Amino acid sequence: MTEIPEHLLKRAQAAREKAAASGDAGSEAAPAASAASEPAADPRIPAHLLERSKSAKARAAGQAEAGGGGVAVQEKVASVVQAAPTGGGVPVGAGPGGNTQRLLTVVKSGSIQEVKASPIDKVHTWPHLLAAEFVAALVCLAFTFVFSVFVNAPLLQLANNNQTPNPSKAPWYFLGLQELLTMFHPMVAGVTIPGVGLIVLILAPFIDKNPSNKPEDRKFAISLMTVHLMFWAVLVMIGSFFRGPGFNFTLPWRDGLFFEL
Amino acid sequence: MAKIIDETPRPTAKERVNKLVSDTQGSQAWNSIFRPGSIFRKGYTDSPRNRSYVVMNSVLYHLHPVKVKRHAVKVSYTLCLGGLSFFLFILLTVTGIFLMFFYRPEATQAWNDISNLQTSVTFGLLVRNMHRWGAHLMVLSVFLHMARVFYHGAYKAPREFNWVIGVVLLMLTLLLSFTGYLLPWDQLALWAVAVGTNMMGYTPVFGSEVRFVLLGGKEIGAETLLRWYVLHVLMLPFVIVIFMAIHFWRVRKDGGISGPL
Repeated sequence: MTEIPEHLLKRAQAAREKAAASGDAGSEAAPAASAASEPAADPRIPAHLLERSKSAKARAAGQAEAGGGGVAVQEKVASVVQAAPTGGGVPVGAGPGGNTQRLLTVVKSGSIQEVKASPIDKVHTWPHLLAAEFVAALVCLAFTFVFSVFVNAPLLQLANNNQTPNPSKAPWYFLGLQELLTMFHPMVAGVTIPGVGLIVLILAPFIDKNPSNKPEDRKFAISLMTVHLMFWAVLVMIGSFFRGPGFNFTLPWRDGLFFEL
Repeated sequence: MAKIIDETPRPTAKERVNKLVSDTQGSQAWNSIFRPGSIFRKGYTDSPRNRSYVVMNSVLYHLHPVKVKRHAVKVSYTLCLGGLSFFLFILLTVTGIFLMFFYRPEATQAWNDISNLQTSVTFGLLVRNMHRWGAHLMVLSVFLHMARVFYHGAYKAPREFNWVIGVVLLMLTLLLSFTGYLLPWDQLALWAVAVGTNMMGYTPVFGSEVRFVLLGGKEIGAETLLRWYVLHVLMLPFVIVIFMAIHFWRVRKDGGISGPL
């Protein structure tokens, strides 16, 4: 909620006092008029409608005591309109054809107007985001640079179709699949399992109907993903470090590494 | 007799520099390059208005809005993984263009070219190393980015489609890495790709046909090298850039990054 400036508060206070001083007589008159209007009801308004409006007014009055300001205005408006047709004959608010203009309801602004979202706490992209991104990029560049100075990319002998190295390994991100090849038929390991995994991954937002993004509300999704990621991570690790000649199981600390990046 | 000698003092070096700067910044060429309000036209002093101008009047406006949610700049939320993936892509493009100057995708030349690049070209080995390690790092960062997005539930409405684009980007990253793996034409490259493509051949219905088209024959050979080179340096980068453009655009259209949790 916005802070109301002090001078406006003072002005409002002064206006309220003035209204209280001058309006004593008026406010006494208005209820009197509305009270008078109720017995002398307009003959054109059916009795059951009058009954309904009276009970509604009683309810509104009850709410006004609880709710305060906004409803009080509504009640006042209603009383003014009700006061109009006092004394029978042609009412004050009557139109050209003698129709009475009646206030059916007061619609609160919130229900028909788009309420702007409450302001979000925002910061300037420059420098807050761009500086962080720039530093991250520099760190990444520095890491790649330094790593490249000290570690050389492998370049083995010229490719030879007739000389299969033992073991032959796929790039590391496919070693999970190659590991599956040792357990299943190639079509299952190389096509079915990764294919199903990929489709489920793509469809994840349409499968997961839970609207919350809070970790405590998504225990199942998080567990499932973690198991899935761990499954592949473990397979890749085994394929990378624990497979030696013939793609048989080895221990890297015993037989050495059979792994090139 | 009129004075011939001009008594106005010679301008100091500082005045001359200032004049040069103001002349340059007032020139038509300068003003055609930098938009009105650009900090390169009117200088930068730290003010909220200038902070907005930094983003608003530069090409950065395609990537970032002027302001972002306060929580969005927390490095601990995103770990910069998406941005770093993009940065690594740029780094790989730059180093890759350098490598292209020294590489011929022919079975008789490829390995020699890489070998010469490492031994005879200034910074050749370093740039090749950076390309290699950067590629592995990019696979890793794209993968971690995906995990991060999943754990934050950031794939939920309205970001479902951007998740799908993201999975496509992950696949394209893997394909880019895999096609690049063959290019050094050494034993590691040949047999890693052989293992990978053998798996592909088991896809039902069209597996062996796709494999034949990709390899340019039944086995990996000179044809394969040329095809994968074109895929690696031209086609896949072209496709991935389009998908990245859609990805980044949707990040902003879907209301910036998700959260806070």
